[in-house]
Amino acid sequence: MKYFGKKLVSLIITLFMVSVATFIAFQIIPGDVVTSILGTEATEEREAQLREELGLDKPVVERYVNWMGGVLKGDLGTSYRYSKSMNEMMPVAELIGDKLPVTLWLAAIALVLIIVISIPLGVLWAHSSSKFLDAFLGVMTQGAMAVPSFFLGVLVIYIFGIVMKMFTPGSYISYHTSFAGFLGYLIFPAIAIAIPKIAMTARFLRNAMLGELKQDYVRTAYSKGCSKNRVMYGHVLKNAMMPVITFVGMIIAEVVAGSIVVEQVFSLPGIGRLLISSISTRDFPVVEILVLYIAFVVIFVYFIVDMLYRVLDPRISGR
Amino acid sequence: MKRKHHLKLNKYLVAGGIMTAVMVILAIVGTFWTPYSTTTMSAAEKFAAPSLHHIMGTDNFGRDIFSRVMKGLGTTMMVGTLVVVAAGAVGILVGALTGFFGGWIDEVMMRINDAINGFPSILLSLVVISVLGMGRQNVILALSIVFIPSFVRIVRSEYIRLRDMEFVNSARIMGVSKMRILFVHILPNILSVFSISMMIGFNNAILAESGMSYLGIGVQPPDASLGKMLSDAQGYMFTAPWYALSAGVTIVVLVLGISLLGEGIRRCSND
Amino acid sequence: MKNKKRMLSLALGFTMLATAVLSGCSGGTNQSSEDNSSKEPTYGGSVVVGVQQDIDSLDPHKATAAGTKEILFNIFEGLVKPDENGNLINAVASDYTLSDDGLVYTFTIRDGIKFHNGNAVTVNDVKYSLERASGLLDGTALIGALKTLKSVEIVDDKTVKVTTSKASAELIYSLTVAIIPDGSGEQEASQPIGTGPFKFVSYTPQQNIVLEKNADYWQNGLPYLDEVTFKIVTSSDTALLELQGGSIDVYPYLTDSQKAEIQGTFNVKSATSDVVQALFLNNAEAPFDNEKVRQAVNYALDKDSINGFVSGGNGEIISSAMLPTLKNYYVDLNSTYGNTANVEKAKQLLSEAGYPNGFDMTITVPSSYEFHMETAEVVVEQLKAVGINAKIDGIEWSSWLSDVYSGRKYQSTICGLTCDMTPSYLLNRFVSNASKNFINFNSAKFDEIYAKTLTTTNQTDIDGYYKELQKILCDEAGSAFIQACPLTIAINKKLDGYKFYPVYVQDMSTVYFTK
Repeated sequence: MKYFGKKLVSLIITLFMVSVATFIAFQIIPGDVVTSILGTEATEEREAQLREELGLDKPVVERYVNWMGGVLKGDLGTSYRYSKSMNEMMPVAELIGDKLPVTLWLAAIALVLIIVISIPLGVLWAHSSSKFLDAFLGVMTQGAMAVPSFFLGVLVIYIFGIVMKMFTPGSYISYHTSFAGFLGYLIFPAIAIAIPKIAMTARFLRNAMLGELKQDYVRTAYSKGCSKNRVMYGHVLKNAMMPVITFVGMIIAEVVAGSIVVEQVFSLPGIGRLLISSISTRDFPVVEILVLYIAFVVIFVYFIVDMLYRVLDPRISGR
Repeated sequence: MKRKHHLKLNKYLVAGGIMTAVMVILAIVGTFWTPYSTTTMSAAEKFAAPSLHHIMGTDNFGRDIFSRVMKGLGTTMMVGTLVVVAAGAVGILVGALTGFFGGWIDEVMMRINDAINGFPSILLSLVVISVLGMGRQNVILALSIVFIPSFVRIVRSEYIRLRDMEFVNSARIMGVSKMRILFVHILPNILSVFSISMMIGFNNAILAESGMSYLGIGVQPPDASLGKMLSDAQGYMFTAPWYALSAGVTIVVLVLGISLLGEGIRRCSND
Repeated sequence: MKNKKRMLSLALGFTMLATAVLSGCSGGTNQSSEDNSSKEPTYGGSVVVGVQQDIDSLDPHKATAAGTKEILFNIFEGLVKPDENGNLINAVASDYTLSDDGLVYTFTIRDGIKFHNGNAVTVNDVKYSLERASGLLDGTALIGALKTLKSVEIVDDKTVKVTTSKASAELIYSLTVAIIPDGSGEQEASQPIGTGPFKFVSYTPQQNIVLEKNADYWQNGLPYLDEVTFKIVTSSDTALLELQGGSIDVYPYLTDSQKAEIQGTFNVKSATSDVVQALFLNNAEAPFDNEKVRQAVNYALDKDSINGFVSGGNGEIISSAMLPTLKNYYVDLNSTYGNTANVEKAKQLLSEAGYPNGFDMTITVPSSYEFHMETAEVVVEQLKAVGINAKIDGIEWSSWLSDVYSGRKYQSTICGLTCDMTPSYLLNRFVSNASKNFINFNSAKFDEIYAKTLTTTNQTDIDGYYKELQKILCDEAGSAFIQACPLTIAINKKLDGYKFYPVYVQDMSTVYFTK
């Protein structure tokens, strides 16, 4: 329990630091939301009016305290930039609530692909004594990790979309309209996300398993007459999964936090794209909440990984 | 016999070494000499297909792509190298201190580390670039900051693993100063792990720079990096496929070469 | 070319909002692809139009971005509205008269015209809309040009009298302001309701804005389409992929290089847009405080080659701040500095100005606008030839607006200025104390003549003054004007009826599927 308490306090401190850092970042970077909204047609009157409407005429610290007060009361504020109707701005909660499922489902599909493909691949690789397979997988996985993510996205669109016509690039279907169509479109960006991660995870698992195979207990197991399969799946894989869990955890944190580049390439209205456009239009309320969400996801996933370690490996809790 | 075994070249080492050497040579030559000017434009030669004159063809301004790839390679390798050197140096310093001493300094530094890690790297890059302006050195600075947490983590966990080892304890008993233990006794023991993470970091920095170029916050024209060229090229995939191909293949060869080299070194030392 | 920078504008660039700046429109169509206008129109069908920017407001009086106005044009109408020839036609009003002193406009409301909610448009709605936009309602004018309105009076249930404090031939162009239902601007959760050819259905941030046919539209036979979706694309690169994939039917901002990629599968048409592109020089910043240096920069530019590289030769070279499409006011000054580079003359002027070996300069460019970024690359090469060592500094659109445009903290910048149908729009910003004079142009002669345009009532005199203003701006080299940018549009081959406008709008009412 003490452990949880400590973790919770450190989570809160980190989130607070992140929110202050974001606020400061917005004070530092040039450009503000008012000139951004009014563009080249700005007049002093309209600027002053808008500044007042958005509460930007108040002192910096007061603005932060007001914002923080709202968030603590569960009011995430309203976007400076996106309209809900002629005279209301979109509440941040509603805006993000609409985009979050896109990112989460994208992450989920990508994760399933990663786990379902990389684990058997890694095991097969470690298991195999074929020099050819070893070299082939070695080069393929290295190659997959060497392509910049945006270009991988472009390649997926060209190959599956334009040449093979398996999907229509840009024809994203909202999950409100058709959930099946929504998932059908998400598969392709998920592939673009998954390819390098599959390569990384498979390599990582293979190396972990080969490391385990050199351990004394493996020799002992063999000498006791255990079959190769029994040793591989009963002992080696289980132990080798430990570091792999950490690794997959890092990947989860990364994809759940929003795949900015892939969302951009595939025109997906997820939170990564929302983050980019909100930064560029200086939509502070939206950026703050997104940054907090991302920080929370990253820290929370690391925490879960830590917990899994404790559960799977009792030695650690003793430390 | 043992020594010979150590020096035995494996296929990974050879392939990676050759690829990396070619890239390094191209980049070095490119800083001093290129077959054509990298900036002179020619309307007549716009989108010329690869030929004996222009082995990789020309781009939308009629500039020789091969010359630009040579120059871009230099920029890209410089970004990768400086980022891992800068982030690695900070990583060693902070990781060593926090891992070895622990206590409140560890607590504080790790929270800061978490905060940087949890902060979207794109926003971080953007802050650096908005404040200091775009351009090569600021891209390097932004990426260095983004890469620090992972180096700190690796170094810290190595120091935690080593700090209670026999050789450290005996050095302590012999009255060796703490700084000396940290950087003379322990440091050499983490170098093999660290050098592999430097190589991974180098590749990640190159890929991250491509992403930044795609998002428009990378190096500024007329400077070129491979990532910038690739992202420019993707608009002409049908008109000038050689453009994307030249930039794309060069990135892949560069990254692959370094990875294979790392893999080769790892296998070599494991055997 | 591409518009990466999604970041932020581009995304980034993403796509930015406001842009009066890279927008386009057009007159003088030079179609570069086969015309299928002989094919018969059919009714029905739905079309997806790719747009580069998310909308900045659903309120037609508050929207400032050109990218928003181009969409809202289909939903809202003013008392009068522009047509594709740059003339005004009656819309909500069926007729109007102007008093002899030019101060009183009397509008008659069109018989039977209805809002999208089915209610008839009344004089109260007109009064409310004009008062709201001009600031008579609450003191803040939402549309600056309407500040001169003194009163809006209801004469009878068909007639409204609008009185202005200053006679101006240009005021009528601002009376294109949207007519909306009385009180709707302040009512809670009100959805956009206008009288235009399409009704508002939904808006999803970052995704799309969906419109459906207004069956009661007052123009008989229009619109043809049942549904129009304006889809927000993340960048021109993704737009290209989506065109190729078939998820976009119309994309109005094709770059010259993209043309080649899709020419076979789409109809591609180009026209000159309403964007004036220039290398703007900060006249208050050394060395551009020296007229000779500014002239030298003008001589150094090879505008023909810029046009070739970035516009595929479809741009129209200009030498001052006026669109060639505004034929009554435009004067061709291209002989002043020539369309190609005059390196010797440029070097000579630089020596006279005390820079025989050239100097270093920075060109700040909004990086989300790939078009301007590419122009900057070409300009840097051209300036090299006269010894000027220029460096490109790409910045985000938001930073550009605050640092360059409002803050005037820059040395030079390449960007585009959009204009409306009035000549003063492009020229009034160069008056020395104008708030929009971001280049700090300071010419007593210019100020004096501009003042005359405001007091003169004789239209021929005014036309002459405008020409003189352009000449002063060109001779004193306020900046290095480059071109009126081209607008290139890709249209699904099954569609026809698309009209280019001299202002920045996408009129979907006349677009139809061919049989």
